[in-house]
Amino acid sequence: MDKIKLISAGQIRSDFPDFNTGDTISVSVKVIEGDKERIQQFKGIVMGIKGSGVSKTFRVRKISNGVGVERIFPFSSPKIAGIEVLKLGSVRRAKLYYLRNLTGKAATKIKEKKKLSDLVINKKEPAQVKSEPVVDQTTITEEKVSESVSA
Amino acid sequence: MLGILGKKLGMTTYFTDNGDAVPCTVIEAGPCTVTQIKTKDKDGYEAIQLGFGVKKEKQVNKSQRKIYEKLSVSPARYVKEIRNYPVNGLKEGDQVKVDIFKEGDKVKVSGISKGKGFQGVVKRHGFAGGVRTHGQSDRLRAPGSIGASSYPSRVFKGQRMAGRMGTDKITVSNLKVVKIFPDTNLILVKGAVPGAKSGFVEIFK
Repeated sequence: MDKIKLISAGQIRSDFPDFNTGDTISVSVKVIEGDKERIQQFKGIVMGIKGSGVSKTFRVRKISNGVGVERIFPFSSPKIAGIEVLKLGSVRRAKLYYLRNLTGKAATKIKEKKKLSDLVINKKEPAQVKSEPVVDQTTITEEKVSESVSA
Repeated sequence: MLGILGKKLGMTTYFTDNGDAVPCTVIEAGPCTVTQIKTKDKDGYEAIQLGFGVKKEKQVNKSQRKIYEKLSVSPARYVKEIRNYPVNGLKEGDQVKVDIFKEGDKVKVSGISKGKGFQGVVKRHGFAGGVRTHGQSDRLRAPGSIGASSYPSRVFKGQRMAGRMGTDKITVSNLKVVKIFPDTNLILVKGAVPGAKSGFVEIFK
């Protein structure tokens, strides 16, 4: 068992900010198209965190054009360029599977944690992308949203 | 056939250079000692005998102990013969290490599967079982008919029935070698491998 941990030790990433179930986060995903690489944002609510060690994953849900979309990301995936915590949510479940049964505004709304100013958001800097990525239009708009939230 | 003996350690996720998460089995393979090289002239067939692991001296009888003493190695826990091994100047007493494989190779892995105990035909042989409805009772996992009546008045040999399942030798082919760690004698193979953790496995190319 220890030898397996030795293998995975070099692969586990810990350069992301802490976040929990119910938080709204924006995940920067590296997308390779042909020989070009660009960054795509996936913004949504963290539905749950599962697993341990190198196999630890988190599940993000968003409503895209009226259709619910869920993505599971491994914490240690090299394809994640960075994670930004936009809102801290206050929830009473570890896994928010009930969001799937909700429609309309309720499906995207999570009670925010009180005393937002007391809590330190983005304690750790998100992982720096070495080469300056090609930022598409949606990224810019989403970044503006995040700035207004943290301001 | 190239091969090495090893011990299954367990499974993990391994991220490749392009970011893909690959489910891998970690096997501690080798170093194995060549305990005997069999030749066509002397033994009638070509083979190499490998030893892996450590056995206590008192667990080995005198005739075997002499073999290991001659090679000046400690007695091996597992000894296996691999036929038609490309010897390439290997001598008795030499070591075979995990670096005989390289990343991207397709390998075969043999092991002893986990014991399942006494199992019925549905689990053991994949029978469909009976129907749930139409007035049936107690037929859900029954085997059905096991043969005709007055002729042959017996059940044929080999009729698949309930019984002990598992603890069989199982070979899985076409497993890809994802990564090799020559320093720690570890090999990462994509996918699952028969047997329990710390079970004995053989890897062939």
